[in-house]
Amino acid sequence: MKARITFALCSLPEMALNRDMAMLSVQNKLEILADAAKYDASCASSGAKRAGNSKGVGHTDGMGICHSYTPDGRCVSLLKILLTNYCTYDCVFCVNRVSSDIRRARFSPQEVVGLTLDFYKRNYIEGLFLSSGIIQSPDYTMEQLIEVAKTLRSVHHFGGYIHLKTIAGCDERLVQEAGRWADRLSVNIELPSQSDLVQLAPEKKAVVIEGTMGQIRAKKDAAEDEGKALRSAPKFAPAGQSTQMVVGATETTDRQIILRASTLYGGYKLRRIYYTGFSPYPEADARLPLKATPLMREHRLYQADWLMRFYGFSAEEITTESAPQLSLDEDPKTTWAKAHPEFYPVDVNAAPREALLRVPGIGHRNVERILRIRTYHRMSMEDLRKLHVRVKSVAGYVVAADHLPTAPAAGAMPTAQMELFAASSALSGQV
Amino acid sequence: MRRVEVAPTFEAWREVAREALKDGYRPEEINLADATVPVSGLLTLQAEDEPQGAMVARPHVPKEFLERARSVAAHREARRWNLLYRVLWRLQSERRLLRMELDADVAEFGRLEQQVRRDLHKMHAFVRFRRIVDEDGEQFVAWHEPDHRIVPLAAPFFAERFAVMRWAILTPDECVSWRPETKELIFGPGVPRETAPQADELEGLWRSYYGAIFNPARVNPKAMRAEMPVRYWKNLPELTQLPNLMQKAESRVQSMMIRQSRQPTAAPFVPEEHTLTVLREALPRCEGCDLFRHATQVVPGAGAAHAALMLVGEQPGDQEDLQGEPFIGPAGAILRRAMEELGIDAEQVYVTNAVKHFKFVSRGKFRLHQNPKMSEISACRPWLLAEIDAVKPSVILCLGASAAKSLLGGTFALMKQRGEPQESTHARHVYATVHPSAVLRGADEEGRAQLYAYLKADLATAWAQVLKCE
Repeated sequence: MKARITFALCSLPEMALNRDMAMLSVQNKLEILADAAKYDASCASSGAKRAGNSKGVGHTDGMGICHSYTPDGRCVSLLKILLTNYCTYDCVFCVNRVSSDIRRARFSPQEVVGLTLDFYKRNYIEGLFLSSGIIQSPDYTMEQLIEVAKTLRSVHHFGGYIHLKTIAGCDERLVQEAGRWADRLSVNIELPSQSDLVQLAPEKKAVVIEGTMGQIRAKKDAAEDEGKALRSAPKFAPAGQSTQMVVGATETTDRQIILRASTLYGGYKLRRIYYTGFSPYPEADARLPLKATPLMREHRLYQADWLMRFYGFSAEEITTESAPQLSLDEDPKTTWAKAHPEFYPVDVNAAPREALLRVPGIGHRNVERILRIRTYHRMSMEDLRKLHVRVKSVAGYVVAADHLPTAPAAGAMPTAQMELFAASSALSGQV
Repeated sequence: MRRVEVAPTFEAWREVAREALKDGYRPEEINLADATVPVSGLLTLQAEDEPQGAMVARPHVPKEFLERARSVAAHREARRWNLLYRVLWRLQSERRLLRMELDADVAEFGRLEQQVRRDLHKMHAFVRFRRIVDEDGEQFVAWHEPDHRIVPLAAPFFAERFAVMRWAILTPDECVSWRPETKELIFGPGVPRETAPQADELEGLWRSYYGAIFNPARVNPKAMRAEMPVRYWKNLPELTQLPNLMQKAESRVQSMMIRQSRQPTAAPFVPEEHTLTVLREALPRCEGCDLFRHATQVVPGAGAAHAALMLVGEQPGDQEDLQGEPFIGPAGAILRRAMEELGIDAEQVYVTNAVKHFKFVSRGKFRLHQNPKMSEISACRPWLLAEIDAVKPSVILCLGASAAKSLLGGTFALMKQRGEPQESTHARHVYATVHPSAVLRGADEEGRAQLYAYLKADLATAWAQVLKCE
């Protein structure tokens, strides 16, 4: 194939070149390979703690930091690039697929190491998020990614955050080694269902992707067991694993997506699932929609995801068989509340945590505060207002010291309160 | 009321507060004023009354209060010293005061603390070091303008993270520097902005990265400003090009949409009825990609209408282009020879190509064959799929990589997987082998013989499958 031949010719430029020349070429590559990586939504740099060391730069304190924000409102936390955007796969939804006539480039592992350190020392980034197109084979590609992480850690004693994309189907030995150097590993599930994959990513198979996820989980579990017995035991991907799926490129419903997400969280102990609304890109395949998936759909999916992880909702109850799509006009908690008037009102001074969590307009942080405060004080609506609860939105759902709901719960207005979580989390880079 | 000026450090306040508690000053009897705020002369003339409260020699100071008060002390709000004293004084009798989140003093205490912590977080995030080289080697120096007096609070983070680097952070009120040899934070007074270095060679790369990493289809400046308030922008090198980026974002999206809608495809030219006669009639009108412009004519497939075996090549060659028939040139001759040797009945075979027009470059009198691009193969795929649907062969044999990639996907590795049954929805049995023209291009006699043997062996496998199916 043409792509493969070009690739063979594109041998790596020597670093010994005139510095200006080298800078220019690294700059071009950076533009191409950052541009190609921008469709990966993950930007988190949290979840791992590593103290500074006396030999190299870098530490992580578990919080994650956004060093900048781009005009699309997203956090810049890691140097997020592809090692190369050459790819032998032909996934229809992906800008880097082999049949796409885009500009191609390839970094040498050494160039990525240099960029990461240079950026890190100037406090531009928390670390590196390295992914790649599939070149030669999954194993070869994975070896290249590992080479970068290994050099950063063992040669430069780099203590910053490293997130490595794990190539589905690579040798188990490579998964093990990747987890040794990286804080986080991720395998992209790509599309919500196997039939979506057959349609749009012919070379990718859900069983292979999940096989690699399973290996990561097993190795992490094993490392944690060893860590309990012996504190100095080597860690495996301390910030865990995440995944990403593109939504809106196929007809798959929100219900299918949420159920799938729930299975993935349970089966592989994922820290996060990122949902990326399909957006058009240069040279896209004619089978894809021309217009971007509404941002609101992506936002609603994150809200549904939050309901499962922090609000005690099960995947099945967020949507129904008869209405399998999330509403774009109201958040999923409000939708559920309207469908279950029998559940309300909830007494803020007496109800258990699980019930408070189901009040539209009260977030999980405020639930914790309410639980603390009511031990010494009977809470009124004014008290809720002081906690920045939107009193208008919750009025139909709660009983407080000075308040009984008058209007039926179903009449409550849609609330914007929920948006605080998903939006700020997507921006803050925290898990 | 007694008035005491407090210098802008937590330690200064602690001294004053300890004395005041010891003397028994109730919060309303003492004013802990911010020494950095100029006062009018009148205030200093107020009479000093004797303190009325109980004297506290050994104050109760919970660790949590001490830690949080350290943050509040960094706030620029002048009232913070009085607030801190009031909370400390109340803590002496209300031990659980800090749990009372709805209490006005505690809420204010929490609010100031929150604002300082946010500022601290932003300082950790937005400090931008610039590398300079002086007589002592390289040093990384940053200019930053925090909202509050947080340099001492922020410095340990940088000390841990950049322990091996010589660095300094300069601000209008305070400065801090670090030397890896001594591992000590050295604090000093503020300096003017001009003291800091004005550029760094890496900033060009950093701007390129910033410009490339966002998705122009999803511009959301409100979200951006919420997280990165405009007042920080002037010290962030990546934001110098922002107006330019925003302007370009819209046109980038426009051109993307236009280009995507122009992605070549034959789909609109392929009739709904998939019979060979209908397809043959429609083919000459195809303008699905640009190849039709230079080719002499389109070359449809040929052979039995319901052949059991379909052979798919790459594209027509020079001869095929001139005569409008597939596999009549030198490659076709090789293919026929192999079929004859294997006794394959040509009546039961349909031959066609993945791409239906000849692609070439002119070199003097010759027209040199050129590989079709993947986008051209994809553009032509609807024709191939329609042909398969019309003929419904039980076995398909792809000749060469282009045909294989068209039907089996971009990762198909021909030399590794040739001759093996492939999983596919296009027919019950799908195989791939080398293209007959590859045999002609073999490096030497031996190579050509080897390639011919591959072609023949795989043809034999496919044909055996046909016979089995019958």
